[in-house]
Amino acid sequence: MKLLTANFVQCSVKACSATPKCFPLHFDQQTADVPLELAHEDVDFSPEFVYNMLPRIDWPALTTTARELGNNMLPETKPEIENPNAPEHEQLLRDLHTLLLETQIIQGSMRCENCGHIYFIRDSIPNFLLPGHLVQ
Amino acid sequence: MPSQFSPIQNAEALALEQQHVHEIYNQIASHFSQTRYKPWPIVERFLTSLSPGSIGLDIGCGNGKYLAVANPGIYIIATDRSDQLVNIAAKEKCVRRMKTADVGVADGINMPIGRGRFDFAISIAVVHHFASRERRVEAVRTILRGLRLDGGRALIYAWALEQGASRRGWDEGHEQDVMVPWVTKKNKKKNEQFDEVDELRETVVERYYHLYRRGELEEDIESAGGLVLKTGYERDNWWAIACPRTGDSVI
Repeated sequence: MKLLTANFVQCSVKACSATPKCFPLHFDQQTADVPLELAHEDVDFSPEFVYNMLPRIDWPALTTTARELGNNMLPETKPEIENPNAPEHEQLLRDLHTLLLETQIIQGSMRCENCGHIYFIRDSIPNFLLPGHLVQ
Repeated sequence: MPSQFSPIQNAEALALEQQHVHEIYNQIASHFSQTRYKPWPIVERFLTSLSPGSIGLDIGCGNGKYLAVANPGIYIIATDRSDQLVNIAAKEKCVRRMKTADVGVADGINMPIGRGRFDFAISIAVVHHFASRERRVEAVRTILRGLRLDGGRALIYAWALEQGASRRGWDEGHEQDVMVPWVTKKNKKKNEQFDEVDELRETVVERYYHLYRRGELEEDIESAGGLVLKTGYERDNWWAIACPRTGDSVI
């Protein structure tokens, strides 16, 4: 699972979606059976792609996710970029590209801050299915 | 308001879906996937016409065949209820080098998505697997809820009741809730010691479908708080492009 995806998913429990705590899901508590594993996967860099994604990203959620995964490099506020091809922005767009598209969460778990439910990621695939008692 | 409510109760609908949709797709995933590789033209057109930077969902992605549709400027999060199909989709994603997509296992009604963040969603041949009208409307509502209010669009396909020209022969007036057999043929060796004796073993499983009659998809979309923008019929399916009705409390 890519970090860009993590910025768009939340707890599947219907009751949780009414609270702001259902997003983002947290990576801060990992389990021993599915320890957190990250990997780098090369993706062709497109400054326009990252630039176009930027307005859609929930920045506070991204900084939280990045921090929980051990990256404290992101600025507090969303950077403003006027021209994706301006040389002064290249490094920033490259860093975001690496973070959002090239960082793969191979395995680990994500926790809902509201209900505490844990979602596992295995073989890079997150599973958002709920046990029977949480299904609506 | 539409008057036709499915007689099936929700608990019963869930049990039916578990037995005749979820388990079946996991069972037939690999064979099913071999038969699903050609993107339908209208779906392809919908995806390729999206503007760069669009982010969206493929809810009920199956083997992920639409991840291969070339539009490198968009990002697709593709989900399916069947983990076996998602495994295939994940491999497909690697094979076809679609690096601006991701996959996950999720239920079409209990989706892990918030409100109003997606530019697009596709739901191709999925909502007809929900076994009560209430659940079908809820599935559509889930899709619409995820869309941005300023321009988010969904493309929804469902199998049509009116397919008199197809080999199945269903048409207007036929029962809408049907079981459709899926036949897998396997060459099974009868006896390991005498391997020249082969037997063609046939496995038949039944998938549940609700066949949509003309106008029904539009009714479900409207009941779910959506606005129908365009509709049509392609390859024995009804399809519709819809958006959330702005200012609607249902959404």
